[in-house]
Amino acid sequence: MRYVLLATAILFGLAACGEREQLVEQQSEKRYQGKRDGKPWDNAPVVAELRGGTWTKGNQQSWEEQIKARQLGQHEHKRIYQ
Amino acid sequence: MARMKFLCDAERCIECNGCVTACKNENEVPWGVNRRRVVTINDGVIGAEKSISVACMHCSDAPCMAVCPVDCFYRTDDGVVLHDKDLCIGCGYCFYACPFGAPQFPQAGAFGLRGKMDKCTFCAGGPEPDRSEAEFKKYGRNRLAEGKLPACAEMCSTKALLGGDGDVIADIYRERVLRRGKGSEVWGWGTAYGPGKPGAQPPAPARKS
Repeated sequence: MRYVLLATAILFGLAACGEREQLVEQQSEKRYQGKRDGKPWDNAPVVAELRGGTWTKGNQQSWEEQIKARQLGQHEHKRIYQ
Repeated sequence: MARMKFLCDAERCIECNGCVTACKNENEVPWGVNRRRVVTINDGVIGAEKSISVACMHCSDAPCMAVCPVDCFYRTDDGVVLHDKDLCIGCGYCFYACPFGAPQFPQAGAFGLRGKMDKCTFCAGGPEPDRSEAEFKKYGRNRLAEGKLPACAEMCSTKALLGGDGDVIADIYRERVLRRGKGSEVWGWGTAYGPGKPGAQPPAPARKS
């Protein structure tokens, strides 16, 4: 009985570690009838301007990694001191 | 999945309006439309003057999207709130709904005629082919499709304005606050509503002589 209670407590505890979807999907968003927008990662990197890095066209993960590196470029403590 | 947000550090913003200029230039925003503005409170009061740069905050539960009668708003996979100008009827409901005054309307004529709504796109363009001429003319530059962040944030000289995934920029801001030992209270309850009991007023700041 004690083990069951312990397992239940652990399960409840672990449930708090998850992340729920925080974006609210509006009714209007479901009804959106406009043109479909493209995904940013479906574009090839601009060759002349690879300052922030590069990614593979169509690969969302590589684009996200590149944009994250760009975001961290705003952190001058990391840029200057490390 | 990223949730793109802006965060302005009021301890760093020096009201240079560089973000406003960068936005205007990058997106060739027409005369009379300001996608971004710098708001200053306690102007001229020593120690109490604070400025923040404000534009569309790309709300997770966007009121503009809720009130739009023609449902022209959508949200990208990165959490950026955008709209289709071909559907917009320029009614202005989104302007009344937005707590940040983000939606802007070009004055198309001499008698208060309103054009289609224009707002910050987080430099993510709109529902036209990415990096096309049509997208640029209607919505401005699509910097995200170029692997860049919004021009306003990247041009900010003091790095007061941060743009990017909410988790990443919140971490940057948190580290700053820990290093300098202040600044988090700028956004807190005490600053907005006064310390202590409800109705209590914050201490009066020193006036310029």
